[in-house]
Amino acid sequence: MSAKEKTEKTETRPKSEKNRSQAFWQSLLVPLLAVFTGLVIGGIVIAATDKGVAAAFVNFSANPLGIFPAIWKAVITAYGALFYGSLGSPRELIEGFRVYQTSGDKALLLKAIYPFTESLVTATPYIFAGLAVAVGFRCGLFNIGAEGQFFMGALGSAFVGYSLIGLPWFIHLPLAILGGAVAGALWGAIPGYLKAKFGAHEVVNTIMMNWIAFRLSDWLLTGPMKASGFRPVTPNIQPAAELPRFFPDPLRFNWGFVLALVVAWLVYWFLFKTTLGFEIRAVGANPDGAKYAGMSVTRNFVLVMTLSGALAGLAGASQVLGVDHWVGQGFSAGYGFDSIALALLGKSHPVGVVLAALLFGVLRSGATRMQSLAGIPIDIISIIQGLVIIFVAAPAIIRWIYRIRVSEQETILTRGWGK
Amino acid sequence: MTAENFPSKIPSGKRIATGIALLVIGLLMSLFFLPGTETGQTATFGLNLSSSAAILLPDMTLPVQASLYVLVLIVVFMGAFHMARGIRSPGALFGIVAFCFVAAFLIWATRGRSLSLIGMLTSSLVRATPIALAALCGVISERAAVVNIGIEGIMLIAAEASVVTASLSDSLYLGLLVGILSGALVAAFHAWLVIRFKVDQIVSGVAINIFATGATSFLSSKYLQHQSDLLNNSGTFPIISIPLLSKIPIIGPIFFENNLIVYLMMIIVIVMHIVLYYTPWGLRTRAVGEHPKAADTLGINVYFMRYVNVIIGGMIAGLGGAYFTLGSVGRFDEVMTAGKGFIGLAAMIFGNWNPLGAFTSSLIFGFADSLQVKMQILKVPIPSSILGMAPYIVTMIVLTGLVGKATPPAADGQPYEK
Repeated sequence: MSAKEKTEKTETRPKSEKNRSQAFWQSLLVPLLAVFTGLVIGGIVIAATDKGVAAAFVNFSANPLGIFPAIWKAVITAYGALFYGSLGSPRELIEGFRVYQTSGDKALLLKAIYPFTESLVTATPYIFAGLAVAVGFRCGLFNIGAEGQFFMGALGSAFVGYSLIGLPWFIHLPLAILGGAVAGALWGAIPGYLKAKFGAHEVVNTIMMNWIAFRLSDWLLTGPMKASGFRPVTPNIQPAAELPRFFPDPLRFNWGFVLALVVAWLVYWFLFKTTLGFEIRAVGANPDGAKYAGMSVTRNFVLVMTLSGALAGLAGASQVLGVDHWVGQGFSAGYGFDSIALALLGKSHPVGVVLAALLFGVLRSGATRMQSLAGIPIDIISIIQGLVIIFVAAPAIIRWIYRIRVSEQETILTRGWGK
Repeated sequence: MTAENFPSKIPSGKRIATGIALLVIGLLMSLFFLPGTETGQTATFGLNLSSSAAILLPDMTLPVQASLYVLVLIVVFMGAFHMARGIRSPGALFGIVAFCFVAAFLIWATRGRSLSLIGMLTSSLVRATPIALAALCGVISERAAVVNIGIEGIMLIAAEASVVTASLSDSLYLGLLVGILSGALVAAFHAWLVIRFKVDQIVSGVAINIFATGATSFLSSKYLQHQSDLLNNSGTFPIISIPLLSKIPIIGPIFFENNLIVYLMMIIVIVMHIVLYYTPWGLRTRAVGEHPKAADTLGINVYFMRYVNVIIGGMIAGLGGAYFTLGSVGRFDEVMTAGKGFIGLAAMIFGNWNPLGAFTSSLIFGFADSLQVKMQILKVPIPSSILGMAPYIVTMIVLTGLVGKATPPAADGQPYEK
């Protein structure tokens, strides 16, 4: 290697690294602005439906400036409750830590970290479910059925969890997790097979599978899987099948979160470091090209939908085995649609999905607090999510609002019917 | 995919497989339905909606076992014939077998009792109404190559908007109008996203669904549930009997004794058929959906056609949304559309993207829906939640395309760039 070449190389390297970090920040820009804009519009909705603001508007002629404090108060109360409920307050944290150091009493410290650990608990199934949809996107498949797969996964792992008795935990727990993954995988594989074999569009089919899952669970919970008693719920799972918790009750933070991170890394490795993962992405990028290169498009469809279903099933399993320990009706409220938002927000990349899931964990877990403290229905989060999806899917709108001049490569996520 | 080039001669392997499947269906029918019956048992099917009809038809009384034998034999014969000679039309084959199966099921379920057949068909049409309206919305926008998966969300928003307006203003017609306009508004937003910003059409539809679910539930739990008398109590459109026509036996009570929205739906089916196939506007719409570039070359404004068609579709879906509240229960419940928008999309595909087909397939879904309710009343020993899966399973079977070949508009789902 000549000296000249060497200098050229050292010169070009920092430049490309700089470009890469610039590209990295640019790729973060749109999602962040999308979330921000979603929160702003959510704030407008909160203010518009607030009683104090309405009262200020009635008094508009007497005190025209009064509406601004009213709006400010409404939004701050709501979002304050949201973030207090999801992250906790720093003051309590410091106080708890001080007490723990001086007297060794953990109670205050645990109380202070409770909101944050709850956010992580909420984020755990989101990580799995978001990965499920993201894997589908990578192959050009749109899995809207994470909801049903989640539910079936929950039922599957609950069944394994309560029906087997007397097993040691290191056998029972993996079996229960596997039960959830298999049930979810089955629920995802059916639309995948129908897509591959008949070209039936997976969007409609996965939704149909959702409704079938609900009806099936209705039947299972009132019949074969019902615990003794009045309520339509499954029996509690065996302690051996539970995902162990890190802290004493009422903190529900458990190993499910760690499992989720491990699975996210596995998905990353699978998608980007293996031949099969490459094939999947090739099919997603250009099915005709992939077919031309000798890859089986249909086989990848089935494989990806199965994998996607398994991941969504794991989401249900983590919720049952780590948090609830039983399954009841209406168990999986909105995970399916949330996970779409997650995958879009995370740009179908495992790291992005994990980050997006943490954000949603914070929003969802805080929203419960917001509902009780500020009286704002929890559905506001769905409104914000819908907006975030629109903004992420249409970066042009964000660029249009904020006057950003960046040309970004846009990816096609799905195709028309049966093509 | 596989159904693209249907060979004129069905390969014998496939033919035999299908034939065996039919024989198995026949066997299952006899195994499942026959054991529960007794000799001499009859099933009675009422053919009058009310006893005050002008022309009363006698009830149809069928001997259970004999009828079941006949139906099983038909299925077995179809299977054997298909194996030996091959039946060219998969639609006819499936149709006859499905009819035999459903008829056998009905006779078995009604054995020793009576069931109002007309009542069931009437409720099929009523239940098909929102599905058909969703399907028609899909047809008109997809004919212009814009996929609208947000129909479900549009219907939810329209349902809530119309019931609140009607409750506040005490006018059902104003409520209906606002429902239709809100549908148009959401559809216009969808069109704006996918045409102006070239957002992925399915993603945009999903976002609309999520947003609509959130927004309607938010408003419902914030306002509607607390002041339900003031905001969520609209009453429903009365049933209008059309003079003379409603007196025709069987057809009369089914088609000519309905409320306004059901009539509007049937009118839209006919009008849309005429507009799509016999007017310049329809020709342009189809041209834009099949080959936008060629249409553009001929001076058709592709974007304009797409905007207008999607918005008209939104108005139809808005009417469908208003049906849930003003046409049915007079009250808004959270997520009350229960997947009807998506079933409508399946009906559209099954109906091969044309209005009459979409209407017919909506009727099948409506029938599956009302069958399920009737079975609960007849206390069939199958859990209602299992029976409730029927419409969804039918949708999935329909989507396989085994029943008939469906061809979407060539440019469906693709943004147009000049």
